[in-house]
Amino acid sequence: MSIVLDDLMYTSSHEWIRFIDKDTVEIGITDFAQHELGDIVFVNLPNVGDELIMGEVFSDVESVKAVSDIYSPITAEVLEVNEALLDNPALLNSLPYDAWLIRAGDVSEKEDLLNKEEYEELIAKEA
Amino acid sequence: MISGNRTAMGHISGKRKHRRGNFIFERISQVNNRAEGIVLSVFLYNYGGNVEMEEEKNMSMKTSLYEQHVELGARIVEFGGYLLPVQYGQGVISEHNAVRTKAGLFDISHMGELIITGEDALSNMQYLLSNDFEDMAVGKARYSPMCNENGGTIDDLIVYKLSEQSYMLVVNAANRVKDFDWIAQNIFGDAELEDISDEISLISLAGPESENILLKLMNKAEIPGKYYTFVEKAKVSTVECIVSRTGYTGEDGFEFYCSNGDAPVLWEMLIAAGSEFGLVPCGLGARDTLRLEAAMPLYGHELSEDISPVEAGLSHFVHMDKAYFIGKDGIIERGPIVRERVGLKITSRGIAREESNIYLEDMNVGTTTSGNMAPYLGYAIAMGMVDKRFSQIGNTLEIDVRGKKLVAEIVAMPFYKREKKSSK
Repeated sequence: MSIVLDDLMYTSSHEWIRFIDKDTVEIGITDFAQHELGDIVFVNLPNVGDELIMGEVFSDVESVKAVSDIYSPITAEVLEVNEALLDNPALLNSLPYDAWLIRAGDVSEKEDLLNKEEYEELIAKEA
Repeated sequence: MISGNRTAMGHISGKRKHRRGNFIFERISQVNNRAEGIVLSVFLYNYGGNVEMEEEKNMSMKTSLYEQHVELGARIVEFGGYLLPVQYGQGVISEHNAVRTKAGLFDISHMGELIITGEDALSNMQYLLSNDFEDMAVGKARYSPMCNENGGTIDDLIVYKLSEQSYMLVVNAANRVKDFDWIAQNIFGDAELEDISDEISLISLAGPESENILLKLMNKAEIPGKYYTFVEKAKVSTVECIVSRTGYTGEDGFEFYCSNGDAPVLWEMLIAAGSEFGLVPCGLGARDTLRLEAAMPLYGHELSEDISPVEAGLSHFVHMDKAYFIGKDGIIERGPIVRERVGLKITSRGIAREESNIYLEDMNVGTTTSGNMAPYLGYAIAMGMVDKRFSQIGNTLEIDVRGKKLVAEIVAMPFYKREKKSSK
């Protein structure tokens, strides 16, 4: 059973987004995503200051099995990247909701996000 | 996360109208429909929910150990027409390292077993295969490529000499029908060909603890002592089977050819006996990373109808001194090789998989044939076919992975070699 947290919002492509305050967010990949990927061995992150564009790839995550692009659900600016993941990408497997990929601010656009129930319904169909 | 690479997913792209949606993995290289591609199989499996995929799964065969895998929490994929575990709960890296440090157990019943029997069996072996079998004793196993007339490779396989007139050929699952048809077309004299694959289950035990585990279930006298030897009617506790000291991981290990009826009992006995030694069940994912670290060729990658065994670095198994074998003329006609298999260590961050172009400055000098993270070694490795002018160990090249250039160094193969214990 995949873990889905109450206090996050989700995308249909299995990213989660946490609103730290009104204008700052954290983005990561869900438990379902890390489970599907298998052992993650590399993460490619953007640079601080890069622009995120809603619907576009901003990162990729590589597992023993395959590479997966990560899509941004928002238009915003990258404030911080989680450098710990560069040395220890397996954190994405063990702590998917703690191992944020990026922190972003100055959010100008946001796509329709799923809440916990909607996301759980989505992954129930995919499993 | 989704793949943008929809062109190769032709047969199931009907449902994929939007860029976002269901969870699909992206293949770095062009995807094709080779059954050999483990990543492709995982890709297709994880796609899920599609009617065509469901049909494909329904058409796939189960091995005798399917229920055991499900009970052990396996993630099942379609591979070579069979439903097999790609991994169990702990994951590929954990399984891989268990084989390197303790032991792992694999269900490889999808492999094909062909028997050639008759007075002309040896002559046929000499004719069909590039290796030499003249001096082979009963109870020995020998690896050989099987060539087409152009000197390319039809398959690579292991030959077991069961008796003076009887040889068992163990072939890649994906090539079983092709191999059978090819041999049937070319077999001559007093020799008969039989495909017994459907009656045989095959289990592989690999890792430094393999023999210790087996000593709990077998009489030491019946355990094959030397690598590439086998005992035909060995008893593993209550199960009679062929036990060979062979494998595809680079570790010590044994393979058990048993009846389908005996397979579940044998599997469960090995799991139980191995528990105290840290034995874990392992899937196709680990099987691929293990053989990659050991630099063992995989048909469809390092070998193909186009690639000769000489180009693949397998000259040792190609006896040009034999009077004749199918492919000998083709190899001669090709002349000295202009490309060869190399081992690559990726020195920048990233993984190169198969079918990525290799460059020396701006010149394309080759293509990768396999690649992945090497879990035991801790860095990414690859094998590729490179222009012989640039294939020297120590050369630095670049590999184009999805538009990004990864730096790689040509290194000696195998990437990993087990420490030899003192032999018996």
